[in-house]
Amino acid sequence: MTARVLGSYDEAVADTPDGAVVLVGGFGMAGMPVELIDALIRQGATDLTVVSNNAGNGDTGLAALLAAKRVRKVVCSFPRQSDSWVFDGLYRAGEIELEVVPQGNLAERMRAAGAGIGAFYSPTGVGTPLAEGKETREIDGRTYVLEHPIRGDLALVKAHVADRMGNLVYRKTARNFGPVMATAATTSIVQVDRVVETGRLDPEVIVTPSIYVDRIVPADVLETQEESS
Amino acid sequence: MTASTESTGTLRGKDEIAAAIARDIAATYPDGAYVNLGIGQPTLVADHLPEGSGVVLHTENGMLNMGPAAHGDHVDPDLTNAGKIPVTELPGASYFHHADSFAMMRGGHLDVCVLGAFQVSAAGDLANWHTGAPDAIPAVGGAMDLAIGAKRVWVMMTLLDKQGRPKIVPECTYPLTGVGCIDRVYTDHGTFDLAPDGVRARDLAGITRDELGYLLAGVVIADSDHPEQPVRD
Repeated sequence: MTARVLGSYDEAVADTPDGAVVLVGGFGMAGMPVELIDALIRQGATDLTVVSNNAGNGDTGLAALLAAKRVRKVVCSFPRQSDSWVFDGLYRAGEIELEVVPQGNLAERMRAAGAGIGAFYSPTGVGTPLAEGKETREIDGRTYVLEHPIRGDLALVKAHVADRMGNLVYRKTARNFGPVMATAATTSIVQVDRVVETGRLDPEVIVTPSIYVDRIVPADVLETQEESS
Repeated sequence: MTASTESTGTLRGKDEIAAAIARDIAATYPDGAYVNLGIGQPTLVADHLPEGSGVVLHTENGMLNMGPAAHGDHVDPDLTNAGKIPVTELPGASYFHHADSFAMMRGGHLDVCVLGAFQVSAAGDLANWHTGAPDAIPAVGGAMDLAIGAKRVWVMMTLLDKQGRPKIVPECTYPLTGVGCIDRVYTDHGTFDLAPDGVRARDLAGITRDELGYLLAGVVIADSDHPEQPVRD
């Protein structure tokens, strides 16, 4: 099934169940799907597991979702930042669970999920506390730790331009986790700056092929709708 | 390169340490190198790379040939470095997603990575992500991937911590970031190769060899007159 272009962020996340595993794109605020997260807050799903590089910045986006107490567990590489006060408070109060994953393993675990890999041996983290309790194996004289895929029920991703089929291009370092998360979730929901007619994107520059994308919400369509309503 | 253990008489500031690293990168890789500079002080190395060094900077959030920090109208929220600082792109830059970015690293495609550290052991173990304090919130980011990823992983740090304790140690007491992954340490007191026969001073600053031996009690100081190859060369 090719992607559907939707007219609102709320429609895009309307069927999110409680307890869902949500992959949230972005590295800091670059590529953060703020409008989709705001819609998820309005939608009300709770007891969520959020997989993202960080655990929220400031008071918007992922931080707002955490502040609304909708998140049971965060899986991320770098929760602690100068502006992560929402997460810090919840964590210190024992109100949120944290799994810290090295950044490259985090990305590769989602890539593995999207690529149908059962598990993989990574050299990252060997001999450190983050490998404790995990299976290790020596291959050609080097030790590796077994890492399992991370699958999402949904991915919330921000891209730059989509065509109506769901092909995506991104913008600069805002690309970050988007292409990987789009492959690793049952339902991939993408907010974009604009949607163009199918055929308008050069096939040679498409970063995320349409097969990985389920729902698209363009920012410009919404602005047009708001102006005319 | 001959190793000198004469003290220069003065400590090196962070810019001088960064300049020493930049010189060594340019000298070791005269045809250019792919380099990742860790968050914080290692980013200073970029300011000291000789013109025409051909060094291509990798930032793990997904870019090669990253340019200097962006200011004013050049700030683009979609273009940042791993420290989330706005940066610029140079001609020949490329963007890629996170799994590709860390494949570049883990796959051994980067020549040099420069990291900060809490502690480095004589055997090259690195501790730089967590103090292990009970109230600290653990955050690793790309530190563990960087530590084992590049062909050479160098550390830039002060030789002593704020309490005056040495940061080159017989065994790390902080939680490890990587095992046996560091081959050289650049400090305010000089540059040290972590060799199989001990810690070998490439140069010293504001300290004599005897004082170094006293400071790094428990660490084997290798004879600088008979330099061997560093651990991972």
